[in-house]
Amino acid sequence: MADIAHPAELAHQFEDMDQQLDSSVFGMWVFLAQEIMFFGGLFVAYTIYRGAYPEAFREASHHLDLRLGGFNTVVLIASSLTMALAVRAAQLGQRAAIVANLLLTLALGSVFLAVKAYEYHHKYVEHLVPGLGFSFEGSHPANAQMFFVFYFLMTGMHALHMVVGAGLLLYFIHKARRGVYHAGYYGPVEIMGLYWHFVDIVWIFLFPMLYLIG
Amino acid sequence: MTRTHYLNVQYGFRSWLLTKDHKRIALLYLASITLFFFLGGAFAVMVRLELVTPPGDLMQAETYNRMFTMHGVMMIFFFLIPSIPAVLGNFLVPMMIGARDLAFPRVNLLSWYLYIIGGVFALVAAVSGGVDTGWTFYTPYSSTYSNSAVIATAVGVFVAGFSSILTGLNFIVTIHKMRAPGLTWFRLPLFIWAHYATSVIQILGTPVLAITIVLLAAERLAGVGIFDPKLGGDPILFQHLFWFYSHPAVYIMILPGMGVISELVTCFSRKKIFGYGFIAMSSVAIAVLGFLVWAHHMFVSGQSIYASMVFSVLSFLVAVPSAIKVFNWTATLYKGSIVYMTPILYAFGFIGLFTIGGLTGLFLSTLAIDVHVHDTYFVVAHFHYIMVGGAVMAYLGGIHFWWPKISGRMYPEGWARFSALVLFVGFNLTFFPQFLLGYLGMPRRYHAYPEEFQVLNVMSSAGASILGVGYLIPMVYLVWSMRYGKPAPDNPWGAKGLEWTTSSPPVTENFEQTPVVTEEAYVYQVEEEAPVG
Amino acid sequence: MTSHHHVEPKKMYFVIFAALMAFTAITVAVSRVDLGALNVVVALAVAVTKAVLVILFFMHVRSSPPLTKLTVVAGFLWLAIMIALMLTDYLSRAWLPEPKGW
Repeated sequence: MADIAHPAELAHQFEDMDQQLDSSVFGMWVFLAQEIMFFGGLFVAYTIYRGAYPEAFREASHHLDLRLGGFNTVVLIASSLTMALAVRAAQLGQRAAIVANLLLTLALGSVFLAVKAYEYHHKYVEHLVPGLGFSFEGSHPANAQMFFVFYFLMTGMHALHMVVGAGLLLYFIHKARRGVYHAGYYGPVEIMGLYWHFVDIVWIFLFPMLYLIG
Repeated sequence: MTRTHYLNVQYGFRSWLLTKDHKRIALLYLASITLFFFLGGAFAVMVRLELVTPPGDLMQAETYNRMFTMHGVMMIFFFLIPSIPAVLGNFLVPMMIGARDLAFPRVNLLSWYLYIIGGVFALVAAVSGGVDTGWTFYTPYSSTYSNSAVIATAVGVFVAGFSSILTGLNFIVTIHKMRAPGLTWFRLPLFIWAHYATSVIQILGTPVLAITIVLLAAERLAGVGIFDPKLGGDPILFQHLFWFYSHPAVYIMILPGMGVISELVTCFSRKKIFGYGFIAMSSVAIAVLGFLVWAHHMFVSGQSIYASMVFSVLSFLVAVPSAIKVFNWTATLYKGSIVYMTPILYAFGFIGLFTIGGLTGLFLSTLAIDVHVHDTYFVVAHFHYIMVGGAVMAYLGGIHFWWPKISGRMYPEGWARFSALVLFVGFNLTFFPQFLLGYLGMPRRYHAYPEEFQVLNVMSSAGASILGVGYLIPMVYLVWSMRYGKPAPDNPWGAKGLEWTTSSPPVTENFEQTPVVTEEAYVYQVEEEAPVG
Repeated sequence: MTSHHHVEPKKMYFVIFAALMAFTAITVAVSRVDLGALNVVVALAVAVTKAVLVILFFMHVRSSPPLTKLTVVAGFLWLAIMIALMLTDYLSRAWLPEPKGW
């Protein structure tokens, strides 16, 4: 039975809401530390090959559309803004603002994914998808293929995380509309925010690494 | 009228398969890892059977490759890595810190389900012919040329990896945020320190294995050359990424065991552990240093000799904190009032065998020696001394020690001591000859060998059969004890620690009221004063 | 103790957003100029700056308990360890007398 000392949202293993919020946020940070190592492994492998084949990677990178990459960067950072505002609204218990900002975040994230899908399709048409009829006219086709292997793996893994994020956003929008989050219970929205910002940070590194090689 | 506790509070499959109680989840793990232990053991039986005779006459080389690979994969990923943390850790961590459960009970259950899903993939791989790459999956063989169930196994390991990550996450948050009032860091049981250090490794290391598996699968499925020299790839890159996790993984396997040994040594010496601070800090040191040594597995791979030199020096360093623990345990036992019950017998076994295993690790860190013994049975003996002589003994010691708390029953002490002895004899007979074989030049992962190695191989296989018996006996009597064992008191060993203040077995919430801690750990009295003068 | 109750003014988020936009423009512009080896350095420096802004302000690390800060540092530190030690191999292969290609 819920009462002042034991709000309905307090899980039985915790002493109070503060401990619950603290633990949840810390738990998400520990998860993100693990994600740093997960993406990090990819980044390290990419960096080593880029160091070995600078010319081939540069050449291959020119086949990426800088305008689309730049546009997506702006879109994703904007979605981080709206996500941060959603968390703030949750801290203040402003139901309408929570929902609106989460919806905006979802919309911007979807735009990002749509652009990515368009880019992927374009690469497929240009025969630049390794394993699917890859063919590159340049000085080092094998090494250029390595670039594209990592392009697809890195942006693909990132996109997968965004799809998961989008799914979570739908869940949170649903809950927020029912007034579940308020000043005394907003932890879930905060940890959603942490996850979303992390995915944004991955892109902040991916963009220059893949699109801006000279 | 029976008391209600966590085992009888609810019956039925749903109450177990949908439980959020960390104690029940621990038992779910106990059952499943035991299954994989015996499966992995069955593959070992096949290996040792083949090696009784010099020619490869029991099975083809290709089949033999699958046997040792499946043995390694199952034992490492589906037995050793979860074992102590997922069974004893899950059961005890909340209790030792005075909490009602872990921070995230549903995540804990998810961890078990991920383990099961991973295990199913491994089983699918096994029944579809197994994998033949060695548990190390080196490319390009695993990614391009092997005709075995690489993907199924890789997926299984990937999924089980996330089980491990989530367990680590749960422990870290729980230990940081849910300690009882008065339970400061330096009052924590050393079992907790060990599991904290292990969890840090799980969080920072396992994701690298995960991404490595993704890369391996991408190369295999898409036919692209990430590690293939023909397409500009570097096979050694795979090894760097693989061992970046897999070396720290061996510390995931041994650190929890060291935590158990600390608990056993102090309780059965009836004496406060010697050098508590050093043991606690050495666990952290092992976790950190363990990440800096991985390329000692790659001395002969073709990596730069300068890198090899760096990693050789770092590998010498990592032995120091382990040695510190051995010194401290020994100092605790010295002049303690030792009670020779089964748990301390396992601890004795651990201390001796782990020391041998650890010292032979130093031989392997020495570049010149490693060139000679790399990929021989010397390495096989080294890691089995640590994993089996060390980790498995610690696991069994811990299972016996906490069995009364877990099951509410005492195990039969006579049979238990007998099995411990059988295991010790069987273990040494199995693995000591392998040091000699390796030094004499017998390579690992070969199903045939020259005549002159037969005697040592027969000794080793004979030892393995004794080892098998030694593992079966506890299975029988532990299961027997759940029904017919003497009901256990709350604290049969007179041990210190919050878990012993609960009933045996505990109620679901562990504590009626959150305890308050006012003293250091291990405040034991030595029963007899040392003679004066 | 938690400091999650800290509610930042809306304006702060917009200011940080503007900064992030500015840095994005800078990194794209710089990439168009040939600065040789400096290109990578600048690109990385800008990316790190943007990430730090997101971490400190959007993710509230600025007002988070020390444990959170430690966790963030640990994650990046471990990545740095992995890169640095792997490079002991890759960078020193060139020092060997054998042919260096792979």
